[in-house]
Amino acid sequence: MTHGSHPPRVIGVEGLSRVEGEGSLRVEVHDGTVIDVALEIFEPPRYFEALLVGRHFTEAPDITARICGICPVAYQMSACAAMEDACGVTVDERVNRLRRLLYCGEWIQSHALHIYLLHAPDFLGCADAVELAQLDRGAVERGLQIKRTGNLVMETVGGRAVHPVNVRVGGFYRAPDPASVTALIEPLRRARDAALATVEWVAGFDFPDVTGDYRFVALRDGGRYAIEGGRPASSEGLDVSPVEFADLVVEEHVARSTALHARLGGHDPYLTGPLARYALNVGGLSPLAAEAAVRAGLGPVCTNPFRSIVVRAVELVFACEEALSLAESYEPPDPPAAAVTPRPGVGTGVTEAPRGLLFHQYEIDGSGTIRWARIVPPTSQNQLTIEADLRRVAQGALELGDDELQWRCEQSVRNHDPCISCAAHFLDVTVVPS
Amino acid sequence: MTGPTESAPHDGASSAPADPDRRPTLAVWKFASCDGCQLSLLDCEDELLSLADAVNIAHFTEMSRATVSGPYDVSLVEGSITTPADARRIKQIRESSRRLVTIGACATAGGIQGLRNFAASGEYARTVYAHPEYITSLDTSTAIAEHVDVDFELHGCPIDRLQLLEVITATLAGRRPVIAGHSVCQECKGRGTVCLLVSQGIACLGPVTRTGCGALCPTVGRGCFGCFGPAETTNTPSLAAQLRRQGMAPVEMSRLFRTFNASAPAFLEESVAQGGSLPVARGVAVHPDGPEEDS
Ligand code: SF4
Ligand code: SF4
Repeated sequence: MTHGSHPPRVIGVEGLSRVEGEGSLRVEVHDGTVIDVALEIFEPPRYFEALLVGRHFTEAPDITARICGICPVAYQMSACAAMEDACGVTVDERVNRLRRLLYCGEWIQSHALHIYLLHAPDFLGCADAVELAQLDRGAVERGLQIKRTGNLVMETVGGRAVHPVNVRVGGFYRAPDPASVTALIEPLRRARDAALATVEWVAGFDFPDVTGDYRFVALRDGGRYAIEGGRPASSEGLDVSPVEFADLVVEEHVARSTALHARLGGHDPYLTGPLARYALNVGGLSPLAAEAAVRAGLGPVCTNPFRSIVVRAVELVFACEEALSLAESYEPPDPPAAAVTPRPGVGTGVTEAPRGLLFHQYEIDGSGTIRWARIVPPTSQNQLTIEADLRRVAQGALELGDDELQWRCEQSVRNHDPCISCAAHFLDVTVVPS
Repeated sequence: MTGPTESAPHDGASSAPADPDRRPTLAVWKFASCDGCQLSLLDCEDELLSLADAVNIAHFTEMSRATVSGPYDVSLVEGSITTPADARRIKQIRESSRRLVTIGACATAGGIQGLRNFAASGEYARTVYAHPEYITSLDTSTAIAEHVDVDFELHGCPIDRLQLLEVITATLAGRRPVIAGHSVCQECKGRGTVCLLVSQGIACLGPVTRTGCGALCPTVGRGCFGCFGPAETTNTPSLAAQLRRQGMAPVEMSRLFRTFNASAPAFLEESVAQGGSLPVARGVAVHPDGPEEDS
């Protein structure tokens, strides 16, 4: 390929595939230099912050779950945490453990989906998992088996895999009976072994040599690997409460990029998600997950975005082990939910969705009616960093032909498993006509 | 549940894909939605690979980079129409699809984002965005059937994946899918679940909600909140009268009928009867069969 002075070389992907939701990417190259990159969102906004106003505080978990069918539990957990914070309620440890088990189910299904169906095909030159199955049906079947186990955990604890029905502010409608939780143990053991095989499989892929310069942000939860709660922390020493964090995150609505961009303190872009969680929680990994990380050659911090698939696989091992230990020690919470009486005030809830930090903030009145809502999903927090990655990756791969460069750029976006459906409830839909 | 399709190999591992040229084509399309209904297709872990042997998955952005141009034998459509561009796009998809099936409450009733249909024009955009002038979206969120002919509607928020497999199987075979239209309440009776409404006075939309979920909520001691939308025949006024006797305030009742299927006619009428605001029909009719026909 030549990229002399004129005209500019433009790589554009109209309908970005193997991501959740609808987006496009665009890279513009002038005289051998990437001058512009954009991850554009054309998913229509669904106005969740507006439609929540006037609803009852108990409805927030079910309504916000519908922001994203891939990570509904994350929405339910952040909404519950925020409402319980607003009402000054702390839930029983057994409720918390059951929430963590449900959340592990979601991590397992979402990570298995991303690794096997959305991301691995890129590394093996396949258009999708169906084509990958023609090369290696066993691998895809292993991924589907892990995914099925994640769904099984969600069905057992939550009632169903997409938009669970058993979650309420304060806890659960009914605690699953011990026999049904015990029945998860065998499938979880098999899933854990399959997850270990996954780490080995993905660690053998070829990774482009790229080093990101990331400001990582993740929860930290007293030494254990953060999932359903904790304090927001950064690789640069930030350590704040959820409400202080919510105050630090400033979102701007800009026309050209078609998205609200989140920055810390109004100026610093940052990255949440598996790479960030791993860097800030590595000491909290379960034994097999920690060993698998070492065998896969991951140091204490991974800054190659293409290797995020390895980190996700390590988290998959962790989520299986953690779910296993929670299932083995399960005691039904009694009562299954704390009583939550509304009082006027503001509450903040923050949890680790599979794709990264998800925070909710609500103001409710004395009758429990929602006055305003603010929801900040991982993808909007990551968007500026995803674009910075795209620039770095494209700049280092200009020797590739257009088709290959385009594929590499797509892969660079998929490295971060963006969930555009999540982001879109507050994203602009104006598509710049080409 | 029936197997994937009559011609689909049930044991995928031991059978080769059918002759690619002769496989029917399946396309999956997304409009305003959460992806949960199309995820139900990927959640068919046991059937996915054999389904992919039997049909050519010609367009499914969430799953594949590759896309085959139409016409398609079957299109599955998730999501509602909320932008002028999408109102045009659905017409093109209809033209290139032999059969078009809508999946989920967003596609069949406008979804939770359809609550904007009851708000003042522009109010939602102003609440969410610093610069509402950057936004191009309709004041309404409407079902696909209000824009194009639909061959079959599969309800649920989310849909049930076994029902989805039945719909795909039946549609490919050219028969009508066998999907029950009775209520969650009848399902509970069949399962011997003790009635929450009568025995504990818990608000439950089971008597007026379409079955399909397996009466999930009553099974965990929770009242049905109507995520599958209205059953084929409903008597919402009689349920509302009972809820009223049990002490439920009209504003709560209106909220109860007004969630994921707020614009489905039976639920819309009852929420308005309970004092909920009228739908504001602009640009696109809110519901041609609803009480607010004249815009
Ligand atoms: S109907 Fe419900 S589950 Fe399906 S896409 Fe819409 S919001 Fe998601
Ligand atoms: S019982 Fe009602 S609300 Fe619950 S899953 Fe079934 S249809 Fe949906």
